[in-house]
Amino acid sequence: MASNSSSDRQRIAQQRLRIIAGHLQGPVDSDSTILAAECKAQGSKTDVSSERKTMPRRRQEILKWNGWGYSDTRFLFNKKGQAEFTGKRYRLSGMIIPALQNWFEGTFGASMQHKSPAMPILTSSAVQPPTLNEAFVDELKSTGIPFSHDAEDRVFRGHGHCLHEVFALREGKVGRVPDIVVWPNCHNDVVKIVELACKHNVCLIPYGGGTSVSSALECPPEETRCIVSLDTSQMNRILWIDEKNLTAHVEAGIVGQELERLLNESGYCTGHEPDSMEFSSLGGWVATRASGMKKNIYGNIEDLVVHVKMVTPQGVIEKGCQCPRMSTGPDIHHFIMGSEGTLGVVTEVTMKIRPMPEYQKYGSVVFPNFEQGVACLREVAKQRCAPASIRLMDNEQFKFGHALKPQVSSIFTSFLDGLKKFYITKFKGFDPDRLCVATLLFEGDREKVLQHEKQVYDIAAKFGGLAAGEDNGQRGYMLTFVIAYLRDLGMDYYVIGESFETSVPWDRVLDICWNVKARIIQECKDKGVQFSPLSTCRVTQTYDAGACVYFYFAFNYRGLSDPVHVYEQVEHAAREEILANGGSLSHHHGVGKLRKEWMRETISDVGMGMLKSVKNYVDPKNIFGNRNLI
Amino acid sequence: MTNTYRDSGRAGLENAEEFVDMLEKRRCSSDLGHALRTYSPSPYEGALSCSTADLNKAVLESQYLRYVTKEIATETGSSVEDVKQEVCRILEEMSQNLQLGSIRLMAYTLTKVLKRLFTGIFVNMEGLNMLQQAIQESPVILMPNHRSYVDFLVISYILFTYDIPLPVIAAGIPLAGMKMVGEILRRSGAFFIRRAIGSDKLYWAVLSEYVKTIVRKGFAPLEFYVEGLRSRTLKSQLPKLGMMHMVLEPYFKGEVYDITLVPISISYDRVLEESLLAHELLGIPKPKESTTGLLKATKVLQEDYGNMHVNFGRPMSVRRLCQGKINRGQYNLIPRDLPQKPSAETQACVSGLANLMVRIQEEGSLISPWSLMACLLLQAPTTVLTQEGLLWHQLTEKTLWLRKLALDFGARLNWPGQVPDLDVMSSTVSLHRSVVHLKAGRVYLVQEEEPARKHPISPELDVIRAAAAVLMLASYRNQSLHIFVRPAMLATAIRVTKSARRDELFAFFCFLRDIFSNEFIFIPGKSSQDFEEACFLLNKCGAVDISQQEVIVSDARLEVLSFLQALLQPFIHSYQVMFRYLCEDGVNVFTEKQVLPAVRNLATKLILSGELHTYEALSSDTQKNILSALQRLETVTKLRESEQNEYRVNKAAVRRIGDILSGEISPQMLQTAPDAKL
Repeated sequence: MASNSSSDRQRIAQQRLRIIAGHLQGPVDSDSTILAAECKAQGSKTDVSSERKTMPRRRQEILKWNGWGYSDTRFLFNKKGQAEFTGKRYRLSGMIIPALQNWFEGTFGASMQHKSPAMPILTSSAVQPPTLNEAFVDELKSTGIPFSHDAEDRVFRGHGHCLHEVFALREGKVGRVPDIVVWPNCHNDVVKIVELACKHNVCLIPYGGGTSVSSALECPPEETRCIVSLDTSQMNRILWIDEKNLTAHVEAGIVGQELERLLNESGYCTGHEPDSMEFSSLGGWVATRASGMKKNIYGNIEDLVVHVKMVTPQGVIEKGCQCPRMSTGPDIHHFIMGSEGTLGVVTEVTMKIRPMPEYQKYGSVVFPNFEQGVACLREVAKQRCAPASIRLMDNEQFKFGHALKPQVSSIFTSFLDGLKKFYITKFKGFDPDRLCVATLLFEGDREKVLQHEKQVYDIAAKFGGLAAGEDNGQRGYMLTFVIAYLRDLGMDYYVIGESFETSVPWDRVLDICWNVKARIIQECKDKGVQFSPLSTCRVTQTYDAGACVYFYFAFNYRGLSDPVHVYEQVEHAAREEILANGGSLSHHHGVGKLRKEWMRETISDVGMGMLKSVKNYVDPKNIFGNRNLI
Repeated sequence: MTNTYRDSGRAGLENAEEFVDMLEKRRCSSDLGHALRTYSPSPYEGALSCSTADLNKAVLESQYLRYVTKEIATETGSSVEDVKQEVCRILEEMSQNLQLGSIRLMAYTLTKVLKRLFTGIFVNMEGLNMLQQAIQESPVILMPNHRSYVDFLVISYILFTYDIPLPVIAAGIPLAGMKMVGEILRRSGAFFIRRAIGSDKLYWAVLSEYVKTIVRKGFAPLEFYVEGLRSRTLKSQLPKLGMMHMVLEPYFKGEVYDITLVPISISYDRVLEESLLAHELLGIPKPKESTTGLLKATKVLQEDYGNMHVNFGRPMSVRRLCQGKINRGQYNLIPRDLPQKPSAETQACVSGLANLMVRIQEEGSLISPWSLMACLLLQAPTTVLTQEGLLWHQLTEKTLWLRKLALDFGARLNWPGQVPDLDVMSSTVSLHRSVVHLKAGRVYLVQEEEPARKHPISPELDVIRAAAAVLMLASYRNQSLHIFVRPAMLATAIRVTKSARRDELFAFFCFLRDIFSNEFIFIPGKSSQDFEEACFLLNKCGAVDISQQEVIVSDARLEVLSFLQALLQPFIHSYQVMFRYLCEDGVNVFTEKQVLPAVRNLATKLILSGELHTYEALSSDTQKNILSALQRLETVTKLRESEQNEYRVNKAAVRRIGDILSGEISPQMLQTAPDAKL
């Protein structure tokens, strides 16, 4: 019953809402959306690609308004209590996941009987009417750049995917949201918008893919000016590809999967694959210093970017050449990268590209315990032979991975069964409550991949690791994309959770994993959480001097009067623990408003002063007023 | 009364304290059976098993020791290889070798010995249950007080009996030197630490890495005496901080999530070494630890030592105790393996914790009727005790009065309930017939029998004989001092200042607290809490009325104040004797070795002349405490260039402290320099 009828209900409800909203808003809005006019991108006649898949301006047509990802894709428990993954987009789509219910109930003490459904539709009355700067709106209209102050459009751009943001939406609560959404089509449109914003003193908040998990998209409640959300999603063309230098010049609104798809058509790739790449945008990556899964081969965003163009209230900032490296004082790219929308809008980026790899191979290794696994990753990093990706999951995540095994599938040949054989026959020494698994991805030409693979497996063997098959590896990476949908399922059953990350020197990796997980469990206990939480981690990136660690944490909030507050307290404590253990404030999620309070101790007083003085010069009127970072 | 240790330290006192006599079962079942019992404790969940060899290897290969080794090689000009060999030697001398077989042998022997020595060994089951739980959750540090050699293995013995993982134990190196016994102790989990390590950098490094590795690995609880040495006076001693630093550092550096401290209070009705200790205090050296000595000592096995109480305190989380006191981020910028001087903040935190632990040990120990009687006996003039005798019924009446006061002050008494009070007291006296005897309704102090001599003994020797008995008595009094010391300081402040103003009393109270910080345990920085506690307790028992501004003596219960004032008198007098000596002409630069006998001579002279009434001034322990206190107050300074620990004294400063103590400088003057440091 649950699945179809409720999604139907939701669809019908959304339709109704749109109609109602249409009634309410009258002609202005319909005007503004029609005004869309093509604008030629500079320096190129046409798009490189044949077919353009655009994120629609009305994102709600294909994406959930109060949860993660595509509207047609979600986890649910069917009548038999079996978990299902709906839709057709992913490998797991349309499959039954038999073990999930048991794991879910056992891990969280949750029950199918206790549901906490979301509000199906957004009631427009919950959204405050927009504060419009009439003079600005009038001039904007005359530019022909499309804009809207439709309630749904505005709500969609007033949040990222932090737990508290999604939780509030599910309860139908909406705080301060942008007053206008504007969709520039090219760099020049952005220049015009920023000029108008400065002229009329309105606040601009750039919006890319909306996948922020740092409260970066939240409108500061104290902001009294008209807030304009500058949605870059329509600026999504590859303007040129330079095959001699292996670079591509791309508009910053393009989302990751689209960028890869289009480049692939020409035989290239960027290799930049953050877990959010389905939805996150190039401009967002630059603005938050993103990191991709395959950074070992391709590098993080700072390694990939050759040239950036950013529109600021003071004008456009960019370098005068497309050179690989310069000694010309501090690199101005480093003012742009990680600026989190506080200085301007990134409009165009020249990125390194690579020929698509000839061969890809997944792999996995099982270790008797997490300590051995970390030791192996450290050795791999020491020998600088890390594959494109190497990730180490702890025992809890290993078990979680099992619970997500679909019923029937050729690809998902049984991990556990194969492993069980291992235990029973040769390697009985492995304790199922201690072992952990590393997933691997190799890329390159076939021969080298095989050679590389052998090298890595040889190292793993020294640390007691056993090769556990390609399928496990592949499944591990696939799960990365579907795992975000799982939070919505949990939230239907009183379970809330989130992930957060840090980077840390090698000698502290084990201690930080252990201490932060223990802190989470203790804090939950102290705060009255009835059932012990899921507190788990994985090492997701290796560097010469350290690693990136990801924590997942979720708990059953039945019996708590203010679960989000408890959640926030625990996350706060966990971050304190991370910092006390020598971890960083963030490896790639950024600071936003969520982690601002720790910036001073992170970069020192002088560092803060430097950032502030840049902000004061570039944007003295605080036009880019999202108040992130500092 | 908001002292945290009050709440946290008292394992289940409030609800029917369940002390169980663990010897009872041993008396009715086979000792061998006990020694061979199935032993399957649940260890710390995060620990991987770790053999002696694993442990030593981890220590030897540690980055920290490699670094120090190199550093020392460079400093001394010797080769790294040589230094490494020295490290191995030190480690070999130090390392424990815990083996279950030896534990069984030890259990068998101990059962035999303990049954003979003690009527009962009482253990609080609730504390043990909490310990069992705590051990599974994080590395545990067992912190017993140290009152007798018997302490040494008794904790292991109890844990063995109740199926709890056995500790490795920090022990003094002299024990290792005993033939056979040293090896047996080693195999029972003892590791050995040299005395007076001083500035031996390499030794410190090996020891600290060894201790830290034990804590990090968490394979066994670690037991150590935070007081350092066995107390010769049965009074708590100022905690030693070196070991405490080593134990806590893994938490500070984030190498473990948490560490659990378990304070343990061991209380004896009668201490085996009582007379030995009293003699040591009078300057008669203790016999060297040796196996033959031990065998000779078997005659002590013939005597009755009453009961022993072992009170396991509530396990305390270091993480919680350090909340807000330590910024763990301070280690982020330097590799954790490098030697690093602890910050002032860290030192304060460690010292606070160590003192807190000793306070909890005090609070957790059980006060025997004998200790109360000792308090009262000492307040009678010594000549009365040695010659005419104290009236028994007076003593018993007073003791019952004091029992009530002690209970008012929140003491844990070990007073059998089902026996008539008089019987309790007379059996107590008969247990302690080595100190007092009851004859014809009077109590007398027992003095050692002198070997027959041709000449009559000199008056000086006579003093020493009486002093030995008095010091034994004083030791038992010391067992309950912590109950009374705060109100006693307030009572003394009232007497000396003759003031009722709260601020003046507080100033003098702080002065006393400062002077006596080496004598009694005060948690640093908690002087107002201590003062408040004193006011509260005196008010509770009706001795004073308290208002916002004043503390007014109520005439109804003057006897409380006079008892408390008298309790502190021996200390004040002893301190004044020392001050007097230091102010004598000709004393400018001196060594500890010179000063102790000189002060003892002066005190003897004063006692003989009738000027001094307390024999406690003869105790070397008190004298050393005074020296440390004066050093802390910077009135006595150690000469840096001196090889033999020479000191220089600032006579004016000493005189001033003496004058304040005797009330010759008014409290108003004191307030202008409240820290009493001049």
